[in-house]
Amino acid sequence: MIRLNNIHKSYEMGNNSLHVLKGIDLHIEQGDFVSIMGSSGSGKSTLLNILGMLDNYDKGTYHLAGNLISNMSEKKAAQLRNDMVGFIFQSFNLISFKNAMENVALPLYYKGVPRKKRNLIAMEYLEKLGLKEWANHMPNEMSGGQKQRVAIARALISKPKIILADEPTGALDSATSYEVMDIMKDVNESGISVIIVTHEHDIAAMTNQIIRLKDGLIHEIIRNGELKQFKKEFIHGLEAAKIPSYV
Amino acid sequence: MFDVDKWQEILATIKKNKMRTFLTGFSVAWGIFMLMILLGSGNGLSNGVASNFMNDAINGMWIWTGETTIPYQGMKSGRQIQFHNEDQDLVRKVSGVGVSSGRYFMGNTRYSYKKESGEYTTITCQPELIDVENLIIHEGRFINQIDLLQNRKVVVLGTDIKTALFKDSAAIGEYVNINKVPFKVVGICSEPGSTRNRNAYMPLSTSQMIFNGSNRLHNLALTINAQTLEESKAIEEQIRNVLGRKHKFDPKDEGAIGLFNKLEAYIQTMKIFQAIKIFIWIIGIGTLIAGIVGVSNIMLIVVKERTKEIGIRKAIGASPSSVIGLILLESIMITTIAGYIGLVLGTGLMELINYFMVQSAAAAAAAGAAVSDQGGNNAMFLNPTVDINIAFYSTLLLIVAGAIAGYIPAKRAASIKPIVALRDE
Repeated sequence: MIRLNNIHKSYEMGNNSLHVLKGIDLHIEQGDFVSIMGSSGSGKSTLLNILGMLDNYDKGTYHLAGNLISNMSEKKAAQLRNDMVGFIFQSFNLISFKNAMENVALPLYYKGVPRKKRNLIAMEYLEKLGLKEWANHMPNEMSGGQKQRVAIARALISKPKIILADEPTGALDSATSYEVMDIMKDVNESGISVIIVTHEHDIAAMTNQIIRLKDGLIHEIIRNGELKQFKKEFIHGLEAAKIPSYV
Repeated sequence: MFDVDKWQEILATIKKNKMRTFLTGFSVAWGIFMLMILLGSGNGLSNGVASNFMNDAINGMWIWTGETTIPYQGMKSGRQIQFHNEDQDLVRKVSGVGVSSGRYFMGNTRYSYKKESGEYTTITCQPELIDVENLIIHEGRFINQIDLLQNRKVVVLGTDIKTALFKDSAAIGEYVNINKVPFKVVGICSEPGSTRNRNAYMPLSTSQMIFNGSNRLHNLALTINAQTLEESKAIEEQIRNVLGRKHKFDPKDEGAIGLFNKLEAYIQTMKIFQAIKIFIWIIGIGTLIAGIVGVSNIMLIVVKERTKEIGIRKAIGASPSSVIGLILLESIMITTIAGYIGLVLGTGLMELINYFMVQSAAAAAAAGAAVSDQGGNNAMFLNPTVDINIAFYSTLLLIVAGAIAGYIPAKRAASIKPIVALRDE
């Protein structure tokens, strides 16, 4: 599904060039539920943006569903994004002057679906996410969790193959975060690959595979079996971390 | 291109920023408003002057005699030149000369009818004069060819003479005594654009016979068939040459014969108006450009403000062209609507001015009838309106202006990388 081969990416910062990704090799299958972790500056958001065709890479190859993604026209990239990828952002990124239903329907507008039909479909998705009553509310009238659910509905409406989520729970409290993660899990179970960038271990622990980035390289990949071990270690670490603060 | 969503989105942003939209629109509306007022005034001025020209045939030419000022072929200057009937024949043969009429003026001829009498100017002429001077016949007819051939004693009176001698009674068919010779009144006429119609017209041949004019002429009035300044100048030169040869004076001698070429004056005046029109367009378009720059500026700010929204749109599959369309359409919509308001207000104001001018002209005409000989309707300002074509082109100009105003911001918007836009908090 996703095949990255020796991906390099650097940013020009004035006279300095910042080498963010230093050769990433990655293979993600259809239906995977992956989280990308790493300290800030490790290149996790950059990697996600390259995966989502929001950003170009300098070197290497990136195949998405068999297509080589490199230096394609913006129009083609936009079309591919529309067909293949659904985005979920930390700050929700809903359009402020559109109500929930219109926000959800927007990707279909760019697919050329007639207005009535896409609003109908948008209502279906909102209903699935339990937001039917909120369809006519503007984003600023909704809570963070509701906004993120609208954003998820928007990401799902174009029936993408991959959901890319950049810190989807970063702006939410833990109860809401877990709700959102439950939804993500359901989405994954419907066959869509889900890739989440997060720095929260408990969120990462809910996925099937954790990719740890360090200084622009993949430091380790923790898979299913090892994940239980990871969870245990993490919880242990938490407890260990808690003890000194109470003593 | 018509897409409810696009329009709804544009309307939504406009609604959200009423003040900004108003200010943007105002600059464009003001630009087109000024353009319309300038063009309307320019048209008014040029129409006014053109209509004054129309009082005589535009292609009229008048030739009169004078004294030579340049010694020529051994003859001293200061020689008096006198036209005779054969001079008219000579001029008539010059190619490019249309109709012509010789004239012999008799100042202070005494007209009397029953107990009324007065002194007026008599112009003796040929039938063609009516074409040169665009005389208006109110009753009866003008001098005709048969009058001329039979030396008929007929006269066409100016309206003022008719009123003075006949009051309200009919004049046609009556006889007036002109220097004690009875003439039959065959027509009543007036000169266009004139309030003093104290001239009477009689056949040239009759007057030359009766009033001892022999075959002398005072001046020649004629029309010329020329389209351009050059053509009319060529005809003028030919006439000077022909008459110069006949009367033995230097064709360059401006004093020997006087010559007024209406077409030349007309073409030159119209050239001035052309220049004024161009000048007006330049000023008007300059004002409009200021408006366009204003719109462009505001749209750039709009794009900056909407960076994030554009980023979102691009992330979920908006192509660059759809983003360009969004910004471009908004800009075109603002400029077109605002410009249209300016257009309507500008032409409306000019129509209003026109309406009041027509009203006051009608009032002046009514007053002028009561107190004749007072004031004139030689308005320098006539019909100061902008014709529909100009309004149409202005609208087109506005749409183009809107597109230009939106182009740079739209280009900027389209080049926004979604990732940069999404980081833009």
